[in-house]
Amino acid sequence: MAGIPHDHYEPGSKGEKWLHRRLPIVGLLYDTIMLPTPKNLNWMWIWGAVLTFCLALQIITGIVLAMHYTPHVDQAFASVEHIMRNVNGGHMLRYLHANGASLFFIAVYAHIFRGLYYGSYKEPREVTWIIGMLIYVLMMATAFMGYVLPWGQMSFWGATVITGLFGAVPFVGDALQTLLLGGPAVDNATLNRFFSLHYLLPFLIAGLVIVHIWAFHTTGNNNPTGVEVRRGSKEEAEKDTVPFWPYYIIKDVFALAVIMVIFFAVVGFMPNYLGHPDNYIEANPLATPAHIVPEWYFLPFYAILRAFTADVWVVQIVSFLTGGIIDAKFFGVLAMFGAILVMAIAPWLDTSSVRSARYRPMLKLWFAILVVDFILLMWLGAMPAEEPYASLSLIASAYWFAYFLVILPLLGVLEKPLPQPMTIEEDFNKSHPKEANAGSSPTEVPAE
Amino acid sequence: MINSMFVGKTILNFFVVLFLTATSSVAAGGGDNYVKDYKFSFEGPLGSYDQNQLQRGLKVYTEICSACHGLKYVPIRTLGDEGGLGYSEDQVRAYAENYEIFDPELDDYRPAKPTDHFPEVVDAGAPDLSLMAKARAGFHGPMGTGINQFVKGIGGAEYIASLLAGYTGEEKEEFGTVFYENTAYPGRWIAMAPPLYGEDVDFDDGHSNELKYEAMDVAAFLTWAAEPKMMARKHVGLRAVLFLVLLSALLYATNKTLWAPIKKRAA
Repeated sequence: MAGIPHDHYEPGSKGEKWLHRRLPIVGLLYDTIMLPTPKNLNWMWIWGAVLTFCLALQIITGIVLAMHYTPHVDQAFASVEHIMRNVNGGHMLRYLHANGASLFFIAVYAHIFRGLYYGSYKEPREVTWIIGMLIYVLMMATAFMGYVLPWGQMSFWGATVITGLFGAVPFVGDALQTLLLGGPAVDNATLNRFFSLHYLLPFLIAGLVIVHIWAFHTTGNNNPTGVEVRRGSKEEAEKDTVPFWPYYIIKDVFALAVIMVIFFAVVGFMPNYLGHPDNYIEANPLATPAHIVPEWYFLPFYAILRAFTADVWVVQIVSFLTGGIIDAKFFGVLAMFGAILVMAIAPWLDTSSVRSARYRPMLKLWFAILVVDFILLMWLGAMPAEEPYASLSLIASAYWFAYFLVILPLLGVLEKPLPQPMTIEEDFNKSHPKEANAGSSPTEVPAE
Repeated sequence: MINSMFVGKTILNFFVVLFLTATSSVAAGGGDNYVKDYKFSFEGPLGSYDQNQLQRGLKVYTEICSACHGLKYVPIRTLGDEGGLGYSEDQVRAYAENYEIFDPELDDYRPAKPTDHFPEVVDAGAPDLSLMAKARAGFHGPMGTGINQFVKGIGGAEYIASLLAGYTGEEKEEFGTVFYENTAYPGRWIAMAPPLYGEDVDFDDGHSNELKYEAMDVAAFLTWAAEPKMMARKHVGLRAVLFLVLLSALLYATNKTLWAPIKKRAA
């Protein structure tokens, strides 16, 4: 692998040499695990490991659940109850899987916002970022289809609403929606294809995760300063880095253990807190729930979808210019996907030469507003479509787009960055001054 | 350092709010229904079902509710499960014989066996109660965010108890259907006639059969019916949390020791 110079695997024993000549797999694993990693990474760099764990957890629990689940409209709901009541440990498996999805999204949002704050998306890590965005989109597709499988009221009506969005696409919308559903409405064909895809997509995600890791192992990790590791020689690089094993693996496992305390408390003591009561009522095409609300992790984008109604002037102008081809409904769909797209192309929208917001006083402020904006959108997504929520949704959606399309490009020109440290070593040493008597700062947090 | 603290705090706030907004899903109800926060023994991380209460609740269900409502997902044999009603095998078998179920193999009705489920009741057009305690959220506030569920729980049991005890005695007729005013029901007018008035059932353990207690007992029983593995789940949760706290402490120490030479930069 290209990148930061470091020691490579040398086969020692005869057996290792034999294998290494034929398949250098041990060397590949060694280089992956011993990757030189900036030694100043803070606690926001743990989410990647948490996400890897989540993927494994979801795949393992999911495979076992699939052994007991029946993808048929007449039996799906009952088979989930069978899992909950009759399968050994089935209730734990299902609650782990359902809440595991929430943990997955908490971790991915933290991971994405970490990247946005520290400029991890910027040159030369654009490919890592784009792959990450693909993973995120696949995660949403997987989670959405997974939520349909228990065949409760929210499963059914959520699927009806979301697949209806594709019906808004001009010209091909109806055909597209029929293809997605396998018929004119959400029915057995829908349930079967969603089950099939819900099982398939996680493995695509796993493949993309390998590419994601490969990409940032080629460029090296970003770090809180955004300053690159020195690569002149191995000795120089070693001043800025520590090997991933054991330093970061142990740190990540510690962080994961702490997160697991909270996770198991939720699964053990309040497993339905993040769910929706209506999903314990079997799907009924004849009874629409009072409020159809998606899972919490979709709410910010759901709010953006609903924000652009026919009475918004932007929508009216676009509708007029396109001769009505882009109506309010399709505009909302475009806005929802656009909200993710603008995030994906952030590497080319951000004009600043400085990576980390640590040295970007203005970005720091706008970023804080973006975080608040995201939370606000999440709340608005769960509120009914009426005032004042509609206007607030519009303002919050506008800020989301403005951040990427206006603020990021302009700040590179307007902002005067603070001085950055020359090296990672300098930054690290500043937060960990040499001490005459060791142990005088026992409360120091590792690698902070 | 200041910067990373800022981020740390931002992120922390982000998660707290994220987590809290997460349950905002239910904005329904409109605030016109009142759900009383009854105290149940199974609330909280360490709470467990009160076996006597569940048995009393079963009696209320059997003698009153079961006329119109089924429990089709609940196998009768689970009445013998530990952490639930805890009946003996003979008691369960005797109880099963209360029901007649249709057996497609015999093409005829026969007395139920413990391996059968509680029968489904369709004639009355009343909803099945197997999952009712999880299909209704009693608490939504403040502002529909559901944050109070952290403290009170989702409140399915409270909703059921409040509903059963929430009839005002008013009724009205619309299009030939009689509706009864109920303070717990969203929209206030419910088609179900008041099923309990107090002193409807004589409890074997001599417990008071006032309306409030009957309502609470059957609500507890229905919570068990919806979540029969709650005790097992809480035990796993408790053991996992204790184990993980210990593991976290050990890993914290390991991590600290591991990084110490790097941070102290032994000259």
